[in-house]
Amino acid sequence: MSDAGASPVHRAPATAKLLALIGFAVVVVAMPRGWFGAFAALLGMLIIVAAVARLRPGPVLRMMAIDLPFLVFALLLPFVATGPRTDVLGIPLSVAGLWGAWALLAKATLTVLAAAIFASTTEPRRVVQALERLRLPRELTSIMAFMVRYLDLIVDEARRMRIAREARGFTARGPRAWRILAAAVGALFVRGHGRGERVHLAMLARGGR
Amino acid sequence: MSGASLAFRGVRFAYPNGRLVLDGVDLTVGAGERVAVLGPNGAGKTTLALHANGIHLAAAGSVEVGGVEITRETVRAVRRRVGMVFQDPDDQLFMPTVGEDVAFGPANYGVAGAELEARVADALARVGLPEIADEAPQRLSLGQRRRAAIATILAMDVEVVVLDEPTSNLDPSARRALTSTLDALDATIVVVTHDLPYALQLCPRSVVLAGGRIVADGPTRSLLADAALMAEHGLELPWGFDPARA
Repeated sequence: MSDAGASPVHRAPATAKLLALIGFAVVVVAMPRGWFGAFAALLGMLIIVAAVARLRPGPVLRMMAIDLPFLVFALLLPFVATGPRTDVLGIPLSVAGLWGAWALLAKATLTVLAAAIFASTTEPRRVVQALERLRLPRELTSIMAFMVRYLDLIVDEARRMRIAREARGFTARGPRAWRILAAAVGALFVRGHGRGERVHLAMLARGGR
Repeated sequence: MSGASLAFRGVRFAYPNGRLVLDGVDLTVGAGERVAVLGPNGAGKTTLALHANGIHLAAAGSVEVGGVEITRETVRAVRRRVGMVFQDPDDQLFMPTVGEDVAFGPANYGVAGAELEARVADALARVGLPEIADEAPQRLSLGQRRRAAIATILAMDVEVVVLDEPTSNLDPSARRALTSTLDALDATIVVVTHDLPYALQLCPRSVVLAGGRIVADGPTRSLLADAALMAEHGLELPWGFDPARA
């Protein structure tokens, strides 16, 4: 995911970056929504960090797709919120809803962008180490460590299964596809579970608990 | 089912990270012919196989099946004619039961009802597993799963069968069962493998893929007997195996 040593941002200690990310999120969430200048300044800061890290916009934007549900919700707010209304392009919209939408949009997007920059410049295992250093419960960090170790394998497994489906003329369209995709996810889950059990047995075999 | 020809002409392919895997592959396989593609791990054998039914489209050059070039427009029709058997049968078998999985391919091409049931029964019978339509794939042995994976493409009535390392991890009796299944097909067969005795057993003709090109093409027996060629491309015969006597 990242080339260690590619930029000063990549080389910065993961713990420091993680604390900076948490601090940034707290500041963004606590900031009054009327401070447009401050929001712009924070966005500018993130763009500078991303530029120093020489991140390409495409992959970062793809990571930010997690923001989409918030965006949809934010766009709905002005229509569903109550209270006094104002006309925007002839459509009556709730004033409180517009403010709520702006706050959600700005705060969620800034925080997600910061998290995406952090994730793009920090190796996953370093993230786990940083969380360990911040005294997160050992149970949580070891689950994350396993996820980091096996996520690529599962993603790869899913990719090979997709190719095998396509090789038999499958295209994901229409309601029939849902059943097929559900079966594929189920198969992936069963295999993931099977792998988990084998890993556990292998740990037991070397005296683990 | 009868065979269709398969032709690779100057096929080049590079992964998105820029690594060139195929550097101008020229290979023509006649209708009904059986050819083994030999090469060490990482030679690009699987990548070449994925070009045979348009999972990868050639970056340069062309691939033709029965005289039809694989393009974005023809790829769906080509996939009905070319069956891929992947190295790991678990990638191929993902439905709750084997029968549903064998029905998956033909159903994608609009086969339904009694004809679909007949195709499933026929395909499973041809791989010697007539009783397992209602079994879950994870209950089968690896050898059975690999033959079930072959049934999933036989049910599509394909004309070309491409197999990626079909013998990996099989015990000798499962190998023999696989051989008799494949021997009974009159489709064109391309086997991608580093299992040299198996190539000799199944395919009269072999090619060697190295550095992204076909570097040797000839009767399997004489290729395997060419010690210098084998050594140069990292292909090793199992201990005690003599291609002249096999």
